[in-house]
Amino acid sequence: MNQNRRDAMRIGSVLSLAITAGLLKPSDVLAAPWQAGTFDAKSLADAVKAMGGDNYTISKDVSVSGPEIAENGAVVPVVVASTIPNTEIIAILVEKNPTPLSARFTIPAGTEASVSTRVKMGGTSNVHALVKADGKWFIASKEIKVTLGGCGG
Amino acid sequence: MGNPMRIRANVSGDTVEVKVLIRHDMETGQRKDASGKAVPAHFIQTLVAKWKDKVVLDAEMGTSVSKDPFLSFKFKGGAKGDKLTVAWTDNKGDSRTDEVVIA
Repeated sequence: MNQNRRDAMRIGSVLSLAITAGLLKPSDVLAAPWQAGTFDAKSLADAVKAMGGDNYTISKDVSVSGPEIAENGAVVPVVVASTIPNTEIIAILVEKNPTPLSARFTIPAGTEASVSTRVKMGGTSNVHALVKADGKWFIASKEIKVTLGGCGG
Repeated sequence: MGNPMRIRANVSGDTVEVKVLIRHDMETGQRKDASGKAVPAHFIQTLVAKWKDKVVLDAEMGTSVSKDPFLSFKFKGGAKGDKLTVAWTDNKGDSRTDEVVIA
């Protein structure tokens, strides 16, 4: 077994032991800690505020693309994008979901500020792309109609 | 360890396009099973994609991401033959890392 693999196993097992022993929370060792105050916020306003983005402006340089009507709310493809220079964060929020913040992407330099994914929508709702660029926040929205809600309720 | 991901990374000009399909139930915690009990929340919380030790995407997800999450993004600088790794961790502490060679 080569040295890199031995090192990786050693580091991996020490970290796992530390996590199991309660010395390290998994969130300590990951790139961007999962922030419970944002993902479990129950309203759009609370989620945006928890991320520090409540002074956003609407921007034509941010976009949300997706179907006009989603037949299956469990799987709605969306593309969120920003052409604003130095975009650092793009967050997807589904306004009417029980917990609106769906995903938050941190965009390092060199990565295009455009991410495509699939979200669950409980029903017809506005879908927002909230973007942070150069310390300022911007938003764009699109209404997506849903015929069959997708949160399992 | 979680289920294997399907990762495609292809060079086009100076950009690498990455598509990832992850197998994960992404339970919201609101769905009820046949006996009427709520199925506990089980979802990916963080995902990191790296090209040669440089983070090219950092994602945090909640329960509103669809089952079997799909992600597609592009980054500059990668070349054919370079390695790309994608690693995720979920709320139960489960994780998965997969690697692919950029084509």
